[in-house]
Amino acid sequence: MPTIQSVAGQLEPHPDVALVARVRDGDVSAYDTLVRKYERQLFRIAQHITQNREDAEDVMQDAFLKAYEKLEQFQGNSKFYTWLVRIAVNESLMRLRKRRTGKMVSIDEDIETEEGSVPRDLADWAPDPEQNYGQAELAEILRKTIQGLPQGFRIVFVLRDVEGLSTEETAETLGLSVPAVKSRLLRARLQLRERLSRYFHKKKGLMETGIVK
Amino acid sequence: MTCKDFLALLDDLIDDEVSPNMRTELQTHLGRCGHCEVVLNTTRKTIEIYRSHEIYDLPTDLRERLHSAIMARCKKGC
Repeated sequence: MPTIQSVAGQLEPHPDVALVARVRDGDVSAYDTLVRKYERQLFRIAQHITQNREDAEDVMQDAFLKAYEKLEQFQGNSKFYTWLVRIAVNESLMRLRKRRTGKMVSIDEDIETEEGSVPRDLADWAPDPEQNYGQAELAEILRKTIQGLPQGFRIVFVLRDVEGLSTEETAETLGLSVPAVKSRLLRARLQLRERLSRYFHKKKGLMETGIVK
Repeated sequence: MTCKDFLALLDDLIDDEVSPNMRTELQTHLGRCGHCEVVLNTTRKTIEIYRSHEIYDLPTDLRERLHSAIMARCKKGC
């Protein structure tokens, strides 16, 4: 049975590279594998941007179809996943534009706010504060909180911190400079922290008496 | 180091992108500034909570339906 020999010190190619090559050779089942691998992430990213479930379903489908059609244009100098995310982000923004009947939508929206750039709430949180909420209630708090962020901060936070793209990949995906990504990320993190504080504070006194879980 | 200086390097500290010397300076500031300690810990917790909780779930039946629709169109050449 043939084995793949890895040369010491040489980086293994990303497994997506071989899958993409197979798709280019006409093997649709390899694309099936790629879709399975990334459909959850794409759906999540589309939901975060469009904030609408039906739009997210459409975006996810359109993004995978577009990527399939344009696979010849994929250069291979970025990761397939990053390329796919870029398509999904653009599709999501287009979907928002349609919903707002042509009104300009961009990732620069509302970023002029100074809100949250200086921490104001300096009280400590309860240990494991999420334990004080049920799963559904916690998810609702997290959704509401992140939906309140300006679009341009939300997308950067989602790509960088939730989906795990590097700063450079996030910059490339959104067509932003690295310093712009860094500045948006800091402000997104601080704003989210500030907004979550109201739910996660230590409840002094009540905690010890057992009135509050 | 002031709190403002600390805040400017907060992300680098969280993402582990500071030099050993800078880390020592940041630790020294943290040792005497409870407010910055709270901001650091709660910001870390914010990221961790968003990373570990699925807030937009894709149910299996919907996932399968969308998956089949995508693949059916790819097989037809889109």
